[in-house]
Amino acid sequence: MPAFGTDKRHHTLTVLVENKAGVLARVAGLFSRRGYNIYSLAVAPSDDVRFSRITIVVDVESAPLEQVVKQLDKLVPVVSITELDPASARERELLLATIEAGESERGQVIQLVNVFEGKIVDVGTDRLTVMVAGAPTKLDDFEDLVRGYGIVELQRTGRVALPKLVRSAARTPASLSDRPRAFGGSDHDHDPDSTETEKAG
Amino acid sequence: MRLTGAQALIKSLEMQGVEVMFGLPGGAILPVYDPIIDSSIRHVLVRHEQGAGHMAEGYAHVTGRPGVAMVTSGPGATNIVTPLADAYMDSIPLVVVTGQVATSLIGTDGFQESDITGITMGITKHNWLVTDAADIPRVVAEAFHVATTGRPGPVLVDLPKDVANAEMEWYSPGPDDLDLPGYRPVLEGDPAAVKKAAELVLAAERPVIYAGGGVLKARGADALRELAERTGVPVVTTLMARGAFPDSHPLCLGMPGMHGNYTAVTAMQRADLLLALGSRFDDRVTGRVDAFAPDATVVHVDIDPAELNKIRRADVAIAGDCRIVTEALLAALEALGLPHSASTRAPGGGSPADAPAGAEALAGTPAAALPRSRLAPWRAQLSEWQERHPLVYDRSPEGSANGLKPQFVLETLRDATPDDTIVVSGVGQHQMFASQWWRFDHPYTWVNSGGLGTMGFAVPASIGAKVGRPDRMVWAVDGDGCFQMTAQELVTASAERIPVKVAILNNAYLGMVRQWQEMFYEERYSEVYLSPDLPDYVRWAEAMGCVGLRVESPDEVGPAIDKANDVDDRPVVIDFRTDAFEKVFPMVPAGASNDDIVVDPAQQEGGR
Repeated sequence: MPAFGTDKRHHTLTVLVENKAGVLARVAGLFSRRGYNIYSLAVAPSDDVRFSRITIVVDVESAPLEQVVKQLDKLVPVVSITELDPASARERELLLATIEAGESERGQVIQLVNVFEGKIVDVGTDRLTVMVAGAPTKLDDFEDLVRGYGIVELQRTGRVALPKLVRSAARTPASLSDRPRAFGGSDHDHDPDSTETEKAG
Repeated sequence: MRLTGAQALIKSLEMQGVEVMFGLPGGAILPVYDPIIDSSIRHVLVRHEQGAGHMAEGYAHVTGRPGVAMVTSGPGATNIVTPLADAYMDSIPLVVVTGQVATSLIGTDGFQESDITGITMGITKHNWLVTDAADIPRVVAEAFHVATTGRPGPVLVDLPKDVANAEMEWYSPGPDDLDLPGYRPVLEGDPAAVKKAAELVLAAERPVIYAGGGVLKARGADALRELAERTGVPVVTTLMARGAFPDSHPLCLGMPGMHGNYTAVTAMQRADLLLALGSRFDDRVTGRVDAFAPDATVVHVDIDPAELNKIRRADVAIAGDCRIVTEALLAALEALGLPHSASTRAPGGGSPADAPAGAEALAGTPAAALPRSRLAPWRAQLSEWQERHPLVYDRSPEGSANGLKPQFVLETLRDATPDDTIVVSGVGQHQMFASQWWRFDHPYTWVNSGGLGTMGFAVPASIGAKVGRPDRMVWAVDGDGCFQMTAQELVTASAERIPVKVAILNNAYLGMVRQWQEMFYEERYSEVYLSPDLPDYVRWAEAMGCVGLRVESPDEVGPAIDKANDVDDRPVVIDFRTDAFEKVFPMVPAGASNDDIVVDPAQQEGGR
């Protein structure tokens, strides 16, 4: 499996939609009808009760991103679309996993969870349920590392994302507001979390 | 004022200026049929819900106003799915109201329940399930707004029976009441892109305007004509744009595409500039896409941004209304030195090509000498193709040995009817013959199912067209296969005194499929034979309250048409017995390049 979210075929769209019945079906129906592949999808209320935010990671090899965005934009309940190139986005995801952790391995698993700044959320006789939040690649790494102990159950939320903040003084607020619609952002800011992932790996 | 949801719905339709609606009642929509008795809206009672949808489409095609249809839940709603899909493909503004089971029953598989908003999600511009009677005035206003603005299209409002029965306090929704935060159609084109397009037009040596249905939707026919005449750029009109530019105009090349004429197809193949106005590079036009118009720089204007760069990457993509952008393009051309219209437009509709080139008078700017003198070689080439490959058919007396030539019937019909006659067709050979052999000189005189290719479209659509334009003569040109799909709506036409005329080109076959089986399946005819006289079309027509006529020889064609034209108190059906072996040419085989156009066998010697 290609590292989820790291390769260029995946782009993240954060789609602000009206908070009305059937909107998710419209979005999902559009993707299936037009043959666009979804890698991950997360829906949650936004800070405004009238709207929800759908974060979709789309496979841009299945269709040109421009078409995906324009077709989505035609849906009447879609209010706005922000296209985030992985290089210019802060992406986070949450992972819950129940892991085999008998007496002899328990200490190692807890150590690993600590390295990934995760938490133990439940403790059984010979199992632990743990939570890790972070960049999707970091969760991939964690998954790889705990697999050896035995994963009983694992769930990931699908990612959410926000654009990276711009630190250059040349940027004006006006140009920032133009940004969500622009395709292929090329800022490469420092992502503290990615670096951590590398360390952990 | 307290109203029931049903009363509020009808009042909302009245306030939208609806004069006529097409429909058929049933259980779930019963409450809404009661206030119709007291309404100013004319209701046309159809015999099948599909008929209601196509009538509403025909009405919308010729009037530019949204067609309205109302049907019940379950099977009533699913029966109107085909017209919704048809209207979605051809961008026809349609407002369909469906009854729904009571909200308490939704999701329980209630009697006559179907998830019609789910079913039609992909074939409507938008749809609504109304769950509160107080929402009705707002939702109806939103429905009409969405159907008619931007790229027009069908919408559906699903109304549960308990919501129709519930009481609400009436209000008249204003523009601010519309709750559509995500709906913002673009109208104006980007000025920089328009300027770039103007520069390309002035620089082109082999330009073609590729006009599509969007020109008609935008009421842009006059702007298109001005653009063509002032620049001297020839125009092809797609199946959906027939009539958007007059066929008799010297700059008109006619229809391109799979059954387009040789010159229209080849002009696009050789063009160095395609100015696509409201057209969408449909596969029936482009043939094999990677071989389509290989040398052309593409300027693409469409009100739907998603059409831009969908099939063919545009060098200049302009999202906007065709009429507004065409006018902006003319202004941009003027700014670059294109002479003003008065000096170049030919008087009396004569050929602008032959007009004294007023351009030379303004020779101050480099662009002013342009473009007609530079386009002369291109136009000479086009004329040469037109002379070498006109549309043809066998006109000899022996040619009719196997039945009437459908082209002859259409030519005779064309010449025996008023210039502004509305022609409505179904789908198949007869549709292509009609588009090829009619002379469309006025916008909104051609109604057909283009994108979806819906057999059975013609009879009900012609009825809707006649309701919308009672002042015009309306002829449906239909095939025998198509006619049998929706003919029962002629009962509606008789009962409602809607005097449409139907010419059945009866070749006893599903002719287009037969043509493909003959050409590409080694004449292995599989399930395409119907029968010339089962049913007996004349007696069937008479049983439905129409005048029925049968025509078997060429000398009967004219008199039968004259007789039909004289009837204006009921529908007329003429059963023209046509040649089953006649095929539509030219033809670009499916998946082939437009360069591989197959012309009529009579022209194949030395062709291409």
